[in-house]
Amino acid sequence: MNLTEDEENMLAGKQGPARQFAMEQILRVGKFFDARDTVPVAQVHLMADPESLGEEGVMFLEGLAALDAGERTVRVPTVTDPRGVDLDAYKRLGQTEDMANLERRSIAAFEALGVMMTNTCINYQTICPPVLGEHLAFGDTGSTIYANSVMGARTNFEGGPSALAAAFTGRTPRYGYHLDIVRRANSLYTLDWRPDDLAEWGALGAWIGDQMTSYWETPLLTGVERAPTSDQLKHFGAALASFGSTPLFHMEGVTPEAHDIAGLFAGPRPTTVRVRREDVQDLIESYRPADDHLDVVVFAAPQLSLFEIQQLAGLLEGRKISTQVTLIATVSPEIKHAADRMGFSASIEGAGGMLLSGVCFYQMYAREIGEANGWKRLMSNSAKLVNILGGYGYEPMLATMQACVESACAGRIAKAA
Amino acid sequence: MTGRIYQGHTGIGGDVTGEALVGQDNFSARYDLDRIKGTFSRENHDLFGENYVGKILVLNIAKGGVATAWMLREMVSREMAPAALILNFANPIMAQGAAFANLPLVDRFDTDITEVIRTGDDVTVSPQNGTVSVNG
Repeated sequence: MNLTEDEENMLAGKQGPARQFAMEQILRVGKFFDARDTVPVAQVHLMADPESLGEEGVMFLEGLAALDAGERTVRVPTVTDPRGVDLDAYKRLGQTEDMANLERRSIAAFEALGVMMTNTCINYQTICPPVLGEHLAFGDTGSTIYANSVMGARTNFEGGPSALAAAFTGRTPRYGYHLDIVRRANSLYTLDWRPDDLAEWGALGAWIGDQMTSYWETPLLTGVERAPTSDQLKHFGAALASFGSTPLFHMEGVTPEAHDIAGLFAGPRPTTVRVRREDVQDLIESYRPADDHLDVVVFAAPQLSLFEIQQLAGLLEGRKISTQVTLIATVSPEIKHAADRMGFSASIEGAGGMLLSGVCFYQMYAREIGEANGWKRLMSNSAKLVNILGGYGYEPMLATMQACVESACAGRIAKAA
Repeated sequence: MTGRIYQGHTGIGGDVTGEALVGQDNFSARYDLDRIKGTFSRENHDLFGENYVGKILVLNIAKGGVATAWMLREMVSREMAPAALILNFANPIMAQGAAFANLPLVDRFDTDITEVIRTGDDVTVSPQNGTVSVNG
Protein backbone atom coordinates (compact mmCIF):
# COMPACT_ATOMS: atom_id res chain seq x y z
CA MET A 1 0.00 0.00 0.00
CA ASN A 2 1.14 3.57 -0.71
CA LEU A 3 1.47 5.43 2.56
CA THR A 4 1.92 9.13 3.28
CA GLU A 5 4.97 10.24 5.22
CA ASP A 6 2.78 10.78 8.28
CA GLU A 7 1.46 7.22 7.97
CA GLU A 8 5.00 5.84 7.62
CA ASN A 9 5.94 7.66 10.82
CA MET A 10 2.95 6.30 12.68
CA LEU A 11 3.68 2.77 11.43
CA ALA A 12 7.27 3.06 12.59
CA GLY A 13 6.06 3.93 16.08
CA LYS A 14 7.29 7.52 15.98
CA GLN A 15 3.93 8.78 17.23
CA GLY A 16 3.48 6.16 19.91
CA PRO A 17 2.02 2.67 20.19
CA ALA A 18 -1.65 3.60 19.67
CA ARG A 19 -1.05 5.06 16.22
CA GLN A 20 1.34 2.20 15.41
CA PHE A 21 -1.37 -0.34 16.30
CA ALA A 22 -3.76 1.69 14.16
CA MET A 23 -1.51 1.59 11.09
CA GLU A 24 -0.87 -2.14 11.53
CA GLN A 25 -4.62 -2.77 11.66
CA ILE A 26 -5.13 -0.55 8.60
CA LEU A 27 -2.44 -2.38 6.64
CA ARG A 28 -3.69 -5.89 7.52
CA VAL A 29 -7.22 -5.07 6.49
CA GLY A 30 -6.15 -2.95 3.50
CA LYS A 31 -4.00 -5.73 2.07
CA PHE A 32 -6.81 -8.24 2.53
CA PHE A 33 -8.97 -6.08 0.26
CA ASP A 34 -6.23 -4.97 -2.16
CA ALA A 35 -6.48 -1.31 -1.12
CA ARG A 36 -3.84 0.82 -2.85
CA ASP A 37 -3.80 3.50 -0.16
CA THR A 38 -5.88 5.12 2.54
CA VAL A 39 -8.43 7.94 2.47
CA PRO A 40 -8.96 10.69 5.08
CA VAL A 41 -12.23 10.38 7.03
CA ALA A 42 -14.38 13.19 8.39
CA GLN A 43 -15.87 11.38 11.37
CA VAL A 44 -15.81 8.02 13.10
CA HIS A 45 -18.74 6.11 14.63
CA LEU A 46 -17.34 3.47 16.95
CA MET A 47 -19.11 0.37 18.24
CA ALA A 48 -17.82 -1.11 21.49
CA ASP A 49 -20.26 -2.62 23.98
CA PRO A 50 -18.82 -4.59 26.93
CA GLU A 51 -20.29 -7.90 25.73
CA SER A 52 -18.35 -7.63 22.47
CA LEU A 53 -15.20 -6.27 24.09
CA GLY A 54 -15.01 -8.68 27.01
CA GLU A 55 -12.22 -8.35 29.56
CA GLU A 56 -9.71 -8.72 26.72
CA GLY A 57 -11.02 -5.77 24.76
CA VAL A 58 -11.39 -3.56 27.82
CA MET A 59 -7.80 -4.27 28.87
CA PHE A 60 -6.67 -3.39 25.36
CA LEU A 61 -8.48 -0.01 25.59
CA GLU A 62 -7.08 0.65 29.05
CA GLY A 63 -3.58 0.07 27.73
CA LEU A 64 -4.16 2.80 25.15
CA ALA A 65 -5.82 5.11 27.67
CA ALA A 66 -2.70 4.96 29.85
CA LEU A 67 -0.53 6.57 27.16
CA ASP A 68 0.48 10.26 27.19
CA ALA A 69 -2.21 12.64 25.96
CA GLY A 70 -0.38 13.39 22.72
CA GLU A 71 -0.16 9.70 21.88
CA ARG A 72 -3.64 8.64 22.88
CA THR A 73 -5.95 11.39 21.57
CA VAL A 74 -8.12 10.65 18.53
CA ARG A 75 -7.58 12.90 15.52
CA VAL A 76 -11.09 13.21 14.09
CA PRO A 77 -14.54 13.63 15.73
CA THR A 78 -15.34 10.17 17.10
CA VAL A 79 -18.73 9.22 18.51
CA THR A 80 -20.02 5.97 19.99
CA ASP A 81 -22.71 3.42 19.33
CA PRO A 82 -25.02 2.44 22.23
CA ARG A 83 -23.62 1.20 25.53
CA GLY A 84 -24.38 -2.31 26.71
CA VAL A 85 -25.38 -1.13 30.19
CA ASP A 86 -27.60 1.81 31.14
CA LEU A 87 -25.88 2.72 34.39
CA ASP A 88 -29.14 4.26 35.69
CA ALA A 89 -31.27 1.19 35.03
CA TYR A 90 -29.14 -1.94 35.00
CA LYS A 91 -30.19 -3.34 38.35
CA ARG A 92 -33.87 -3.29 37.35
CA LEU A 93 -32.98 -5.26 34.22
CA GLY A 94 -30.98 -7.90 36.05
CA GLN A 95 -27.60 -6.99 34.60
CA THR A 96 -24.75 -7.75 36.99
CA GLU A 97 -22.23 -5.55 38.72
CA ASP A 98 -19.50 -7.23 36.62
CA MET A 99 -21.26 -6.10 33.43
CA ALA A 100 -21.66 -2.58 34.80
CA ASN A 101 -18.01 -2.44 35.81
CA LEU A 102 -16.85 -3.51 32.35
CA GLU A 103 -19.00 -0.71 30.96
CA ARG A 104 -17.62 1.85 33.44
CA ARG A 105 -14.06 0.86 32.53
CA SER A 106 -14.80 1.10 28.79
CA ILE A 107 -16.35 4.55 29.18
CA ALA A 108 -13.38 5.79 31.22
CA ALA A 109 -10.93 4.48 28.63
CA PHE A 110 -12.81 6.02 25.69
CA GLU A 111 -13.10 9.38 27.44
CA ALA A 112 -9.33 9.36 28.00
CA LEU A 113 -8.90 8.93 24.24
CA GLY A 114 -11.10 11.94 23.48
CA VAL A 115 -14.01 9.86 22.17
CA MET A 116 -17.41 11.55 22.60
CA MET A 117 -19.85 9.22 24.37
CA THR A 118 -22.94 9.84 22.26
CA ASN A 119 -24.14 6.24 22.84
CA THR A 120 -26.39 6.17 19.80
CA CYS A 121 -26.89 4.11 16.65
CA ILE A 122 -28.84 6.96 15.04
CA ASN A 123 -26.04 9.54 14.99
CA TYR A 124 -27.00 10.33 11.37
CA GLN A 125 -30.35 11.62 12.69
CA THR A 126 -29.30 13.16 15.99
CA ILE A 127 -25.60 14.10 16.06
CA CYS A 128 -24.01 15.09 12.74
CA PRO A 129 -25.58 13.94 9.49
CA PRO A 130 -23.01 12.90 6.88
CA VAL A 131 -22.69 14.77 3.62
CA LEU A 132 -22.88 13.48 0.02
CA GLY A 133 -19.48 12.11 -0.98
CA GLU A 134 -18.00 12.40 2.49
CA HIS A 135 -15.63 9.56 3.48
CA LEU A 136 -16.33 8.13 6.91
CA ALA A 137 -15.48 5.25 9.22
CA PHE A 138 -18.83 4.11 10.60
CA GLY A 139 -19.07 0.98 12.72
CA ASP A 140 -22.76 0.25 13.04
CA THR A 141 -24.52 -1.59 10.23
CA GLY A 142 -27.55 0.68 10.51
CA SER A 143 -25.56 3.92 10.52
CA THR A 144 -23.37 2.68 7.68
CA ILE A 145 -26.22 1.74 5.39
CA TYR A 146 -28.07 4.99 6.13
CA ALA A 147 -24.97 7.18 5.61
CA ASN A 148 -24.08 5.40 2.37
CA SER A 149 -27.55 5.02 0.92
CA VAL A 150 -29.69 7.92 2.11
CA MET A 151 -26.90 10.49 2.24
CA GLY A 152 -24.49 9.26 -0.40
CA ALA A 153 -21.56 9.31 2.01
CA ARG A 154 -18.89 6.59 1.78
CA THR A 155 -17.96 4.02 4.40
CA ASN A 156 -17.40 0.31 4.83
CA PHE A 157 -18.54 -1.54 7.95
CA GLU A 158 -15.79 -0.43 10.32
CA GLY A 159 -15.84 -2.74 13.34
CA GLY A 160 -14.45 -1.54 16.66
CA PRO A 161 -10.71 -2.08 16.14
CA SER A 162 -10.78 -0.55 12.65
CA ALA A 163 -12.96 2.37 13.70
CA LEU A 164 -10.47 2.99 16.49
CA ALA A 165 -7.63 2.81 13.97
CA ALA A 166 -9.43 5.41 11.83
CA ALA A 167 -9.92 7.62 14.89
CA PHE A 168 -6.22 7.48 15.79
CA THR A 169 -4.97 8.17 12.26
CA GLY A 170 -7.77 10.11 10.63
CA ARG A 171 -7.61 7.61 7.74
CA THR A 172 -8.96 4.25 6.63
CA PRO A 173 -8.05 1.86 3.78
CA ARG A 174 -9.52 2.91 0.46
CA TYR A 175 -11.47 -0.16 -0.64
CA GLY A 176 -15.07 -1.26 -0.92
CA TYR A 177 -17.68 1.45 -0.68
CA HIS A 178 -15.17 4.30 -0.87
CA LEU A 179 -14.81 3.39 -4.56
CA ASP A 180 -17.20 4.42 -7.35
CA ILE A 181 -17.08 1.01 -8.99
CA VAL A 182 -18.19 -0.87 -5.87
CA ARG A 183 -21.14 1.49 -5.35
CA ARG A 184 -22.81 0.42 -8.58
CA ALA A 185 -25.97 -1.64 -8.30
CA ASN A 186 -25.74 -5.31 -9.19
CA SER A 187 -29.19 -6.57 -8.32
CA LEU A 188 -32.62 -5.13 -9.02
CA TYR A 189 -35.83 -5.36 -7.02
CA THR A 190 -39.17 -3.74 -7.69
CA LEU A 191 -42.30 -3.08 -5.66
CA ASP A 192 -45.83 -2.41 -6.76
CA TRP A 193 -47.09 -1.83 -3.21
CA ARG A 194 -45.96 0.35 -0.34
CA PRO A 195 -45.17 -0.80 3.22
CA ASP A 196 -47.69 0.56 5.73
CA ASP A 197 -45.60 0.95 8.85
CA LEU A 198 -42.10 0.61 10.27
CA ALA A 199 -42.46 -3.13 10.92
CA GLU A 200 -43.34 -3.71 7.27
CA TRP A 201 -40.52 -1.45 6.02
CA GLY A 202 -38.15 -3.47 8.23
CA ALA A 203 -39.59 -6.75 6.95
CA LEU A 204 -39.07 -5.54 3.37
CA GLY A 205 -35.43 -4.81 4.20
CA ALA A 206 -35.15 -8.22 5.84
CA TRP A 207 -36.60 -10.03 2.83
CA ILE A 208 -34.20 -8.33 0.41
CA GLY A 209 -31.34 -8.86 2.91
CA ASP A 210 -32.00 -12.59 2.90
CA GLN A 211 -31.42 -12.58 -0.89
CA MET A 212 -28.04 -10.88 -0.64
CA THR A 213 -25.20 -13.22 -1.54
CA SER A 214 -22.36 -11.19 -0.03
CA TYR A 215 -21.27 -7.82 1.36
CA TRP A 216 -20.42 -6.81 -2.21
CA GLU A 217 -23.96 -7.12 -3.56
CA THR A 218 -25.68 -3.74 -3.86
CA PRO A 219 -29.43 -3.81 -4.51
CA LEU A 220 -31.43 -1.16 -6.36
CA LEU A 221 -35.10 -0.92 -5.43
CA THR A 222 -37.57 0.65 -7.87
CA GLY A 223 -41.28 1.33 -7.54
CA VAL A 224 -41.13 3.49 -4.40
CA GLU A 225 -43.15 6.39 -5.73
CA ARG A 226 -42.54 9.09 -3.18
CA ALA A 227 -39.85 9.58 -0.56
CA PRO A 228 -40.20 7.44 2.54
CA THR A 229 -39.55 9.19 5.84
CA SER A 230 -36.20 9.08 7.61
CA ASP A 231 -37.58 6.59 10.15
CA GLN A 232 -38.95 4.33 7.42
CA LEU A 233 -35.57 4.32 5.66
CA LYS A 234 -33.91 3.79 9.03
CA HIS A 235 -35.89 0.58 9.66
CA PHE A 236 -35.61 -0.62 6.06
CA GLY A 237 -31.86 -0.07 6.03
CA ALA A 238 -31.16 -1.45 9.50
CA ALA A 239 -32.93 -4.71 8.61
CA LEU A 240 -31.32 -4.95 5.16
CA ALA A 241 -27.88 -4.36 6.66
CA SER A 242 -28.48 -6.84 9.47
CA PHE A 243 -30.02 -9.66 7.39
CA GLY A 244 -27.82 -9.13 4.35
CA SER A 245 -24.53 -7.76 5.69
CA THR A 246 -25.31 -5.01 3.19
CA PRO A 247 -23.74 -1.54 3.44
CA LEU A 248 -25.47 0.23 0.54
CA PHE A 249 -28.80 0.20 -1.27
CA HIS A 250 -30.13 2.44 -4.00
CA MET A 251 -33.78 3.48 -4.22
CA GLU A 252 -34.76 4.99 -7.58
CA GLY A 253 -35.85 8.58 -7.28
CA VAL A 254 -35.21 8.61 -3.54
CA THR A 255 -31.54 8.11 -2.71
CA PRO A 256 -29.04 10.67 -4.03
CA GLU A 257 -27.02 8.31 -6.24
CA ALA A 258 -30.15 6.84 -7.85
CA HIS A 259 -31.96 9.81 -9.39
CA ASP A 260 -31.09 8.54 -12.83
CA ILE A 261 -30.47 4.80 -12.79
CA ALA A 262 -29.25 4.52 -16.37
CA GLY A 263 -25.58 4.49 -15.40
CA LEU A 264 -26.03 2.79 -12.06
CA PHE A 265 -25.38 -0.85 -12.98
CA ALA A 266 -21.98 -2.51 -12.71
CA GLY A 267 -22.69 -4.72 -15.73
CA PRO A 268 -25.70 -5.58 -17.87
CA ARG A 269 -29.03 -4.68 -16.30
CA PRO A 270 -29.86 -7.51 -13.87
CA THR A 271 -33.11 -9.46 -13.97
CA THR A 272 -35.77 -7.63 -12.01
CA VAL A 273 -37.03 -9.46 -8.92
CA ARG A 274 -40.58 -8.49 -8.00
CA VAL A 275 -40.98 -8.27 -4.25
CA ARG A 276 -44.50 -9.43 -3.56
CA ARG A 277 -46.32 -8.19 -0.53
CA GLU A 278 -47.25 -11.81 0.34
CA ASP A 279 -43.54 -12.71 0.59
CA VAL A 280 -42.92 -9.91 3.07
CA GLN A 281 -46.09 -10.77 4.98
CA ASP A 282 -44.94 -14.41 5.07
CA LEU A 283 -41.65 -13.27 6.61
CA ILE A 284 -43.56 -11.36 9.30
CA GLU A 285 -45.87 -14.35 9.89
CA SER A 286 -42.90 -16.72 10.20
CA TYR A 287 -42.26 -15.14 13.58
CA ARG A 288 -45.80 -15.73 14.89
CA PRO A 289 -45.65 -18.14 17.84
CA ALA A 290 -48.05 -20.98 18.64
CA ASP A 291 -49.86 -19.24 21.50
CA ASP A 292 -50.53 -15.72 22.80
CA HIS A 293 -48.20 -15.77 25.80
CA LEU A 294 -46.15 -12.56 26.11
CA ASP A 295 -43.26 -11.62 28.41
CA VAL A 296 -41.68 -8.46 27.04
CA VAL A 297 -42.18 -5.78 24.39
CA VAL A 298 -39.06 -4.00 23.12
CA PHE A 299 -38.67 -0.96 20.89
CA ALA A 300 -35.02 -0.82 19.82
CA ALA A 301 -32.65 -1.70 17.00
CA PRO A 302 -32.52 1.11 16.04
CA GLN A 303 -32.99 3.53 18.92
CA LEU A 304 -36.16 5.53 18.54
CA SER A 305 -36.25 8.96 16.96
CA LEU A 306 -38.12 11.85 18.56
CA PHE A 307 -41.05 11.20 16.22
CA GLU A 308 -41.21 7.51 17.15
CA ILE A 309 -41.12 8.37 20.86
CA GLN A 310 -43.93 10.87 20.29
CA GLN A 311 -45.95 8.12 18.63
CA LEU A 312 -45.26 5.65 21.44
CA ALA A 313 -46.14 8.21 24.09
CA GLY A 314 -49.40 8.92 22.31
CA LEU A 315 -50.29 5.23 22.22
CA LEU A 316 -49.52 4.78 25.95
CA GLU A 317 -50.99 8.06 27.24
CA GLY A 318 -53.53 7.31 29.96
CA ARG A 319 -53.16 3.53 29.62
CA LYS A 320 -51.61 0.88 31.84
CA ILE A 321 -49.25 -1.86 30.72
CA SER A 322 -50.19 -5.27 32.15
CA THR A 323 -48.20 -6.30 35.21
CA GLN A 324 -47.43 -9.54 33.34
CA VAL A 325 -45.47 -7.73 30.62
CA THR A 326 -42.41 -5.47 30.60
CA LEU A 327 -42.28 -2.74 27.94
CA ILE A 328 -38.90 -1.22 27.06
CA ALA A 329 -38.07 1.57 24.61
CA THR A 330 -34.50 2.68 23.90
CA VAL A 331 -33.37 6.15 22.91
CA SER A 332 -30.18 8.19 22.72
CA PRO A 333 -29.32 10.61 25.55
CA GLU A 334 -30.30 13.58 23.37
CA ILE A 335 -33.71 12.12 22.58
CA LYS A 336 -34.21 11.06 26.23
CA HIS A 337 -33.66 14.68 27.21
CA ALA A 338 -36.16 15.85 24.62
CA ALA A 339 -38.65 13.15 25.68
CA ASP A 340 -38.33 14.32 29.30
CA ARG A 341 -38.81 17.97 28.35
CA MET A 342 -41.79 17.31 26.13
CA GLY A 343 -43.69 15.01 28.51
CA PHE A 344 -43.25 11.85 26.43
CA SER A 345 -41.22 10.12 29.16
CA ALA A 346 -44.01 10.86 31.66
CA SER A 347 -46.58 9.25 29.35
CA ILE A 348 -44.47 6.14 28.75
CA GLU A 349 -43.31 5.71 32.34
CA GLY A 350 -46.75 6.63 33.68
CA ALA A 351 -48.12 3.64 31.82
CA GLY A 352 -45.44 1.48 33.41
CA GLY A 353 -42.97 1.42 30.51
CA MET A 354 -39.18 1.66 30.83
CA LEU A 355 -37.34 4.27 28.79
CA LEU A 356 -33.65 3.42 28.56
CA SER A 357 -31.04 5.94 27.51
CA GLY A 358 -27.93 5.34 25.47
CA VAL A 359 -28.41 1.60 24.99
CA CYS A 360 -30.06 -0.78 22.54
CA PHE A 361 -31.34 -4.25 23.49
CA TYR A 362 -29.65 -7.14 21.75
CA GLN A 363 -26.21 -5.95 22.83
CA MET A 364 -27.21 -5.58 26.48
CA TYR A 365 -26.38 -9.17 27.52
CA ALA A 366 -29.80 -10.04 26.13
CA ARG A 367 -29.49 -13.77 26.84
CA GLU A 368 -28.61 -13.14 30.49
CA ILE A 369 -31.29 -10.53 31.14
CA GLY A 370 -33.80 -12.78 29.38
CA GLU A 371 -32.96 -15.57 31.80
CA ALA A 372 -32.86 -13.23 34.82
CA ASN A 373 -36.33 -11.86 34.05
CA GLY A 374 -38.00 -14.95 32.60
CA TRP A 375 -38.30 -13.25 29.21
CA LYS A 376 -38.77 -15.65 26.37
CA ARG A 377 -41.71 -14.43 24.32
CA LEU A 378 -40.94 -10.98 22.92
CA MET A 379 -42.72 -8.58 20.57
CA SER A 380 -41.08 -5.76 18.65
CA ASN A 381 -41.65 -3.66 15.54
CA SER A 382 -37.97 -4.08 14.62
CA ALA A 383 -37.22 -6.77 12.05
CA LYS A 384 -33.54 -6.46 12.93
CA LEU A 385 -34.21 -7.17 16.59
CA VAL A 386 -36.37 -10.25 16.03
CA ASN A 387 -33.73 -11.65 13.65
CA ILE A 388 -30.97 -11.40 16.22
CA LEU A 389 -32.86 -12.50 19.32
CA GLY A 390 -33.75 -15.88 17.85
CA GLY A 391 -30.13 -16.84 18.55
CA TYR A 392 -30.33 -15.53 22.10
CA GLY A 393 -32.98 -17.86 23.53
CA TYR A 394 -36.00 -15.65 22.77
CA GLU A 395 -39.16 -16.41 20.79
CA PRO A 396 -39.56 -13.08 19.05
CA MET A 397 -42.60 -11.83 17.13
CA LEU A 398 -42.66 -8.96 14.66
CA ALA A 399 -45.68 -6.62 14.77
CA THR A 400 -46.56 -2.92 14.43
CA MET A 401 -45.97 -0.49 17.29
CA GLN A 402 -49.74 -0.29 17.77
CA ALA A 403 -50.11 -4.07 18.02
CA CYS A 404 -47.15 -4.25 20.42
CA VAL A 405 -48.72 -1.62 22.70
CA GLU A 406 -52.17 -3.28 22.55
CA SER A 407 -50.54 -6.56 23.51
CA ALA A 408 -48.50 -5.02 26.34
CA CYS A 409 -51.67 -3.54 27.84
CA ALA A 410 -53.65 -6.76 27.35
CA GLY A 411 -50.90 -8.87 28.93
CA ARG A 412 -50.86 -11.25 25.93
CA ILE A 413 -50.45 -11.13 22.16
CA ALA A 414 -53.52 -9.21 20.97
CA LYS A 415 -55.77 -10.81 18.35
CA ALA A 416 -55.20 -8.01 15.86
CA ALA A 417 -51.42 -8.42 15.97
CA MET B 1 -0.52 -38.61 -1.15
CA THR B 2 -4.18 -37.91 -1.69
CA GLY B 3 -4.33 -34.32 -0.50
CA ARG B 4 -6.08 -31.50 -2.39
CA ILE B 5 -5.13 -27.80 -2.33
CA TYR B 6 -7.57 -24.95 -2.85
CA GLN B 7 -6.35 -21.47 -3.79
CA GLY B 8 -7.98 -18.41 -2.26
CA HIS B 9 -6.96 -14.78 -1.75
CA THR B 10 -4.03 -13.98 0.54
CA GLY B 11 -5.47 -14.05 4.02
CA ILE B 12 -4.74 -13.03 7.59
CA GLY B 13 -2.74 -14.80 10.31
CA GLY B 14 -0.39 -17.77 10.41
CA ASP B 15 -0.47 -21.44 9.40
CA VAL B 16 -2.63 -23.92 11.29
CA THR B 17 -3.69 -27.55 10.88
CA GLY B 18 -6.82 -29.03 12.37
CA GLU B 19 -10.17 -30.77 11.97
CA ALA B 20 -12.73 -29.12 9.72
CA LEU B 21 -16.28 -28.25 10.78
CA VAL B 22 -18.21 -27.41 7.62
CA GLY B 23 -21.62 -25.76 7.38
CA GLN B 24 -23.88 -24.84 4.48
CA ASP B 25 -24.67 -21.55 6.17
CA ASN B 26 -23.27 -18.12 6.99
CA PHE B 27 -21.39 -16.72 9.98
CA SER B 28 -21.77 -14.03 12.63
CA ALA B 29 -20.15 -14.37 16.05
CA ARG B 30 -22.90 -12.38 17.75
CA TYR B 31 -25.93 -13.77 15.96
CA ASP B 32 -24.98 -17.46 15.70
CA LEU B 33 -22.83 -18.46 18.67
CA ASP B 34 -23.02 -19.17 22.36
CA ARG B 35 -19.49 -17.90 22.99
CA ILE B 36 -19.45 -19.21 26.56
CA LYS B 37 -20.36 -22.80 25.70
CA GLY B 38 -18.47 -22.77 22.41
CA THR B 39 -21.42 -23.90 20.33
CA PHE B 40 -23.69 -22.66 17.56
CA SER B 41 -26.82 -21.47 19.34
CA ARG B 42 -28.97 -20.08 16.53
CA GLU B 43 -31.67 -22.70 16.05
CA ASN B 44 -32.00 -22.46 12.29
CA HIS B 45 -28.23 -22.53 11.70
CA ASP B 46 -26.89 -25.55 9.83
CA LEU B 47 -24.38 -26.17 12.66
CA PHE B 48 -26.85 -25.66 15.53
CA GLY B 49 -25.54 -27.43 18.63
CA GLU B 50 -22.07 -28.11 17.19
CA ASN B 51 -18.95 -27.20 19.17
CA TYR B 52 -16.59 -25.02 17.12
CA VAL B 53 -13.70 -24.63 19.57
CA GLY B 54 -10.35 -25.49 17.99
CA LYS B 55 -11.99 -26.43 14.69
CA ILE B 56 -11.19 -25.17 11.21
CA LEU B 57 -14.56 -23.52 10.61
CA VAL B 58 -15.74 -23.56 6.98
CA LEU B 59 -18.83 -21.53 6.12
CA ASN B 60 -20.30 -19.58 3.24
CA ILE B 61 -20.22 -15.83 3.89
CA ALA B 62 -20.06 -13.37 6.74
CA LYS B 63 -23.46 -12.10 7.78
CA GLY B 64 -24.76 -10.05 10.68
CA GLY B 65 -23.33 -7.02 12.37
CA VAL B 66 -20.09 -5.55 13.56
CA ALA B 67 -19.55 -7.25 16.92
CA THR B 68 -17.41 -10.03 15.44
CA ALA B 69 -14.61 -7.48 14.98
CA TRP B 70 -14.11 -7.32 18.76
CA MET B 71 -15.44 -10.79 19.56
CA LEU B 72 -12.89 -12.98 17.75
CA ARG B 73 -10.02 -11.68 19.90
CA GLU B 74 -12.18 -11.96 23.01
CA MET B 75 -12.89 -15.61 22.11
CA VAL B 76 -9.19 -16.29 21.42
CA SER B 77 -8.28 -14.80 24.83
CA ARG B 78 -10.49 -17.41 26.53
CA GLU B 79 -9.27 -20.22 24.24
CA MET B 80 -12.85 -20.52 22.98
CA ALA B 81 -12.28 -19.72 19.34
CA PRO B 82 -12.16 -21.72 16.13
CA ALA B 83 -8.61 -22.52 14.97
CA ALA B 84 -9.24 -20.76 11.67
CA LEU B 85 -12.04 -19.26 9.56
CA ILE B 86 -12.50 -20.31 5.95
CA LEU B 87 -15.25 -18.53 4.04
CA ASN B 88 -16.39 -18.16 0.46
CA PHE B 89 -16.57 -14.38 1.09
CA ALA B 90 -15.43 -12.59 4.21
CA ASN B 91 -16.68 -9.07 4.77
CA PRO B 92 -14.69 -6.23 6.33
CA ILE B 93 -15.90 -7.14 9.82
CA MET B 94 -14.46 -10.68 9.55
CA ALA B 95 -11.17 -9.33 8.20
CA GLN B 96 -10.97 -6.65 10.89
CA GLY B 97 -11.79 -9.19 13.61
CA ALA B 98 -9.29 -11.73 12.31
CA ALA B 99 -6.61 -9.02 12.03
CA PHE B 100 -7.22 -7.79 15.59
CA ALA B 101 -7.24 -11.37 16.93
CA ASN B 102 -4.45 -12.66 14.70
CA LEU B 103 -6.85 -15.48 13.82
CA PRO B 104 -6.21 -17.26 10.51
CA LEU B 105 -8.74 -16.29 7.83
CA VAL B 106 -8.83 -17.16 4.14
CA ASP B 107 -11.59 -16.47 1.59
CA ARG B 108 -12.33 -16.07 -2.13
CA PHE B 109 -11.61 -19.48 -3.61
CA ASP B 110 -12.27 -20.47 -7.22
CA THR B 111 -14.82 -22.99 -6.01
CA ASP B 112 -17.52 -23.17 -3.31
CA ILE B 113 -15.25 -24.12 -0.43
CA THR B 114 -18.18 -25.48 1.62
CA GLU B 115 -18.80 -28.11 -1.06
CA VAL B 116 -15.27 -29.50 -1.31
CA ILE B 117 -14.32 -29.88 2.34
CA ARG B 118 -16.17 -32.27 4.67
CA THR B 119 -16.63 -32.08 8.44
CA GLY B 120 -13.90 -34.20 9.98
CA ASP B 121 -11.34 -33.62 7.20
CA ASP B 122 -7.78 -32.92 8.36
CA VAL B 123 -7.06 -29.45 6.91
CA THR B 124 -4.01 -27.14 6.76
CA VAL B 125 -4.60 -23.41 6.32
CA SER B 126 -1.79 -21.17 5.06
CA PRO B 127 -3.14 -17.60 4.90
CA GLN B 128 0.00 -15.95 3.55
CA ASN B 129 -0.21 -18.29 0.57
CA GLY B 130 -4.00 -18.09 0.51
CA THR B 131 -4.26 -21.88 0.51
CA VAL B 132 -6.35 -24.50 2.22
CA SER B 133 -5.14 -28.10 1.92
CA VAL B 134 -7.18 -31.17 2.70
CA ASN B 135 -4.64 -33.67 3.89
CA GLY B 136 -4.70 -37.17 2.47
